Amino acid sequence: MNWVSIGSLSDIPRRGARCVATPEGKIAVFRTADDQVFAIDDHCPHKGGPLSQGIVHGTAVTCPLHNWVISLETGKALGADEGAVRTIAVRIDGERLFIALEALASRAA
Amino acid sequence: MTEKLVIIGNGMAPGRMLEHLLEKAPGRYQVTIFNAEPRVNYDRIMLSPVLSGEKAYEEIIIHGDGWYIKHGITLYKGHKIVAIDRQAKTVTSDHGVTEPYDKLVIATGSVPFIIPVPGHDLPGVLTYRDLDDVRAMMLAAQSRAKAVVIGGGLLGLEAAAGLNSQGMDVTVLHVMPTLMERQLDPAAGYLLQRAVEQRGIKVITKANTQAITGNGKVERVELADGTVIPATLVVMAVGIRPNAVLAKEAGIAVNRGIVVDAGMRSNDPDIYAIGECAEVNGQVYGLVAPLYEMARVAASQLAGNEAAAFVHMDTPTKLKVTGIDLFSLGDFAEGEDRQEIVLRDAAAGVYKRLVLKDDRIIGTVLYGETTDGAWFNDLKKKQTDISEMRDTLIFGQSYQGGAPLDPMAAVAALPDDAEICGCNGVCKGKITGAITAKGLTSLDDVRAHTKASASCGSCTGLVEKLMVLTIGDKYNPAAVQPMCSCTSLGHDEVRRLIKAKGLKTIPAVMQELEWKTSCGCAKCRPALNYYLVCDWPDEYADDYQSRFINERVHANIQKDGTYSVVPRMWGGVTNAAELRAIADVVDKFDIPMVKVTGGQRIDMLGIRKEDLPAVWADLGQAGFVSGHAYAKGLRTVKTCVGSDWCRFGTQDSTGLGIRIEKFMWGSWTPAKVKMAVSGCPRNCAEATCKDVGVICVDSGYEIHFAGAAGLDIKGTEVLGLVKTEDEALEHIVALTQMYREQGRYLERIYKWAKRIGIAEIKRQIMDDGEKRKAYFDRFVFSQKFAQVDPWSERASGKDKHEFRPMASVGFAQAAE
Repeated sequence: MNWVSIGSLSDIPRRGARCVATPEGKIAVFRTADDQVFAIDDHCPHKGGPLSQGIVHGTAVTCPLHNWVISLETGKALGADEGAVRTIAVRIDGERLFIALEALASRAA
Repeated sequence: MTEKLVIIGNGMAPGRMLEHLLEKAPGRYQVTIFNAEPRVNYDRIMLSPVLSGEKAYEEIIIHGDGWYIKHGITLYKGHKIVAIDRQAKTVTSDHGVTEPYDKLVIATGSVPFIIPVPGHDLPGVLTYRDLDDVRAMMLAAQSRAKAVVIGGGLLGLEAAAGLNSQGMDVTVLHVMPTLMERQLDPAAGYLLQRAVEQRGIKVITKANTQAITGNGKVERVELADGTVIPATLVVMAVGIRPNAVLAKEAGIAVNRGIVVDAGMRSNDPDIYAIGECAEVNGQVYGLVAPLYEMARVAASQLAGNEAAAFVHMDTPTKLKVTGIDLFSLGDFAEGEDRQEIVLRDAAAGVYKRLVLKDDRIIGTVLYGETTDGAWFNDLKKKQTDISEMRDTLIFGQSYQGGAPLDPMAAVAALPDDAEICGCNGVCKGKITGAITAKGLTSLDDVRAHTKASASCGSCTGLVEKLMVLTIGDKYNPAAVQPMCSCTSLGHDEVRRLIKAKGLKTIPAVMQELEWKTSCGCAKCRPALNYYLVCDWPDEYADDYQSRFINERVHANIQKDGTYSVVPRMWGGVTNAAELRAIADVVDKFDIPMVKVTGGQRIDMLGIRKEDLPAVWADLGQAGFVSGHAYAKGLRTVKTCVGSDWCRFGTQDSTGLGIRIEKFMWGSWTPAKVKMAVSGCPRNCAEATCKDVGVICVDSGYEIHFAGAAGLDIKGTEVLGLVKTEDEALEHIVALTQMYREQGRYLERIYKWAKRIGIAEIKRQIMDDGEKRKAYFDRFVFSQKFAQVDPWSERASGKDKHEFRPMASVGFAQAAE
């Protein structure tokens, strides 16, 4: 597993998200109210909406385009909608945040 | 042949009697009612919430005009009966209507007791009895001046709390040493006094009113000990006495009230009396439950069941003041043959006392925590021997038998004949039975079929729990549509509680109102954020994470994740320098599309999020500020060229539009607000389909509102005509503030207006100058905190994190 540093916890507002740019597109990194951190593709399974721009509640985010609710833990759409987005492993080391880069490479391949 | 039934009085007791009668003997009587009040039958118990502003009169009507028509009942509103002729069997009203009867029901209620001190008849001395009193108090409250309430009983305290929440400085005078001494023991009375005082109401006990003085109107109240209290309003709430004058004049037997037998019949066999004016077995009653029982008995008698009889009942007392839980029942005086069990929890402000005699409950006082009231009432009524559970009795029902402390379990454990609704005497079995038999799924259904929770409403929680227990998930609490699945409360309830409980953060709202999720959802969080911004403009810190992305980054998200930007062009007016700056920005940032909007603005579409601060910086250089095209707030004021250019223009519509926009920009509203000002009735600015519009005419400015031209198409309603531009601005601002304070999140003005009623809005904005001024002032106050250009803030670095990726990774590997 190749862990890549992306910054620190305090870079992301609570109940908010920031993006990490990669060659394959953006990854949305979320921080919940209780400081859990999740990373998923910034691309709603519905119409590709930027999930990083949505409202974060509990461990879910509501897409800003058409209000799909996506679980940050599983990447799956909640409620009646069906679809899933890729999740990316996150490691928190003190304040530092890392994401699993191999997952990115495997996607590129 | 149908008999003629005449009823004198249209309060709650005769209303209820008619419901029973229509059920038991439909068509038997031709009914005529004379109501001294000029209105239909309403829920008098709910006057306190009307006074405090928590409910509107329309919400407390029991029988609307349609009900009387449907049942063929003649209702004379504003007719006071002045004579009963028992020989001719007729009654005559003060307007000269004479009506014959076969059976007569007297339900003249009671009259407030007026202490005959000097000055009791000065203007400004009111009683607390009917809607007219409440309206008079609300009117007086607008002066924000001082009020004195004489009487620290149930009614007096509710009046004081209501006036207090209307903004008055209130002092309660009570002649006894503790408040509500007839219902509460001194310990609970003390806790109550403390809670009342914490709301900013002054309480003076052992206060002996000596005189009310003033020059032509109330100016002060003087006590026997020399204390002088300034006041412009005095409310006397010291008690009531049965109104039996009419019966007495007609020669009917009267003692304290009209003397009736257990069948509610007076000494004239064709004349009945029910309600507060009736005296049965030497007792008169003032709480609604026994009065409803009288109504039931009288209806049965009129329907031919001569066995129906009234039996004395003890009724629990509850105070209807939000935030004060109080329950009192039965006899709680100390005595040799009595024992008491007391629980005090000072930290939680809880006091409970049970008075026992021969191992049976005879009295209960609960303060601060009253959920077990129904259970204690049940034990008392059934004379249950409590010796087995004596040690834990005070902890309540859920503590017995080791059952968990779960309110649901407590309700489930209640026996079928336990009384749930004290006002209407409805027991658990009747409610669950009706739910099952009739397939009821909403609270309104249950109210309609059983009357439970249909009067004072304090048992609503219990009834809801019964519905859940009986039908589980099929229970639809959405007679009031909840805000979202995080709560069972509706928008109005939440807004009311935010104010009533002084909740000033989203976590406080969620904690106090028992949100079911840890941090809400995308529906409730933006709504709560708006309500808090609106209600506490100076204290609340806007929570950007609870705002929809457009309001968080001050631009409009598009389907591909890019943004569009609309600078403000006041009144739709621009110039060469502004257009040149826009052209430069479009070139510099390679903006793919520029479009003119319906609100007379220029929209630049397809801007990358990362570029937004730089775009705003350039636009800011040219003097542009945010156009708020993304906001649930004031969007645009569209104008025509008016008297400056147009040969038909009657006023400076462009100038007024710009003035309105400069005054109101930056304000947040429940949903977007679009306005327009047209310079003449040709209406080139299309003002008559806007949220708020102005049509200028020679004689002034015609203000319109509640139009729609989106999902719905609707022409505006006319608010009224004003003469000057200043007045136009004041009216529009006040209207907007009223909408800001009452609208549900995402509810446009036309939907709000439909809900509130056009007439009511006109009354508050056009007819009530003080109210209008108060709305206007609150808007101005909130603008102090709202008129900050979000673009320049962000161009200078605010919320940088919103616009930049936190990292770029993997690009090197990809290049390999």
